[in-house]
Amino acid sequence: MIEIDAVSKIYGAMTAVETVSFNVEAGTVAAIVGTSGSGKTTLLRMINRLVEPSSGAIRIDGEDTRTVKPFELRRRIGYVIQGYGLFPHKTVAENIATVPQLVGWERARIDQRINELLDVFQLNPAEYRDRLPSELSGGQQQRVGVARALAAEPHILLMDEPFGALDPIIRNKARDDLSAIQKKFGTTVILVTHDMDEAIQLGDMIAVMDGGRLLQYDTPQNILLHPAHPFVADLIGQNERPFRLLSLAPVSTAVESGDAEGAPVAETATLRDAFAEMLWSRRSALPVVSARNERIGRVTMDAISRRAAKMQ
Amino acid sequence: MRAAWLIRLCLWLLLCLFLAEPQLFADILRPLNRENAPTIYTQGVLWQLTLIHLTLTAVATLAASIVAITLAILVTRRSGRDFLPLSRSVANIGQTFPPVAVLALAVPVLGFGSAPTLVALFLYGLLPIFENTVTGLTTIPPSVSEAARGVGMTAAQRLFKVELPLAAPLILTGIRVSAVISLGTATIGSTVAARTLGEVIIAGLLTNNMAFIVQGAALVGVLAILIFDLLTVAERAFANRFGASATA
Repeated sequence: MIEIDAVSKIYGAMTAVETVSFNVEAGTVAAIVGTSGSGKTTLLRMINRLVEPSSGAIRIDGEDTRTVKPFELRRRIGYVIQGYGLFPHKTVAENIATVPQLVGWERARIDQRINELLDVFQLNPAEYRDRLPSELSGGQQQRVGVARALAAEPHILLMDEPFGALDPIIRNKARDDLSAIQKKFGTTVILVTHDMDEAIQLGDMIAVMDGGRLLQYDTPQNILLHPAHPFVADLIGQNERPFRLLSLAPVSTAVESGDAEGAPVAETATLRDAFAEMLWSRRSALPVVSARNERIGRVTMDAISRRAAKMQ
Repeated sequence: MRAAWLIRLCLWLLLCLFLAEPQLFADILRPLNRENAPTIYTQGVLWQLTLIHLTLTAVATLAASIVAITLAILVTRRSGRDFLPLSRSVANIGQTFPPVAVLALAVPVLGFGSAPTLVALFLYGLLPIFENTVTGLTTIPPSVSEAARGVGMTAAQRLFKVELPLAAPLILTGIRVSAVISLGTATIGSTVAARTLGEVIIAGLLTNNMAFIVQGAALVGVLAILIFDLLTVAERAFANRFGASATA
């Protein structure tokens, strides 16, 4: 667990982060959302001590981060930044090997880990190991950046706008991949973004920041249904609320018995997907199938509209 | 590419031949001369003078490289950053002194010979290497520096694993420029009795012997071209090894 305890950062007359406190449970994803200048990046960088807090404390599994040397702390925490920051003079394999080498893994173990990660990120090791970053596409660089951050099996991954430089189609894929990898390795992720959609899609919890202060820290559901501050409501966007709410829940949460006509929808799809399909095919109900393709019932327009409403 | 290698080879062969058997070239140089005057410089052995000339240049460039790179590293660290403008001015002032003035000032202290020449060459070599190293170390992409810190490298690891390798092509360019400047400037050392190829040129000037002047000047010129070329090739090989982004 990561405990952020009344942390502030003051630069001269400017307060970048003002007494922010929240906890991130192990194995979950916390998304910090805010506009530029909200202090979200500064907060993130205080967790691996790239920025030293002016006051307050950050504890990881109960241990105060100030009791660890900064460079040792950073070797235990994965860090991904917007421009990826791959070392341009090192190959993909050498980039990924950076932290394992720093902490003194054996050559064979490092090699095995590089191949494992490249496989996970769908980059064929034989083809990509010896390439230089300049020979990769943006999406591939991003994946290598995340692979490098995960190389020494950190329990915590800090990400600063990791998808900001990707085009929309690749960005969606990259988010899905991150979700899958986060579940696979059970990593605790703290992600900084200015994009509320991204926060809702990835975050188990969302922290909304503005002007250095934490306005709300809550589940995506509660952020959408009960914004604690007008700024939070603004960030969500009035006319996006019902759709964002629908995108949070899978179809399985709204299945009822009965049957419907036409092509079925998977129970793992979001209600938003189901809703879009209804509008597109002019149906008021869709049959629902399980992962093994068995019909398990239907989802109706009625059920969906109830779940998109403010009062549930 | 093939033509370039051919020219390179021819120049090297020509240089070696001239140094080994200068008398073979007497006929070519004779028309430049008054009758009965000597055509080939014989008060010193040409290949020995060339060797001394090159050694002087190499020692001065090496010393300048060590000092300039060390200085550039120091002033680009956080603790030394305040000294960056000062050290820049000092290196620049070093460059504004004419080499002859440096020689004139150094002779009373160090006496005649190679020592004052070395000092002048050393001072002259500092600036290009220093400036290029500073540029190389300060133009590393911010995301790369941030990542180097973020993965948990210590300051020394960042310098040796990331900053210097990325700055290397620029540093090498600085060394090349400095070496070629030194090679040319070393000729002036002969005015204070340093044994360099300048001796041949000065002898030619004193006795109004155009053949001496031309052979001395041509030797230094060809050497400068060949060494510039050699270091360029080395630099390119280095840049290739360090990847496309390091070619700048």
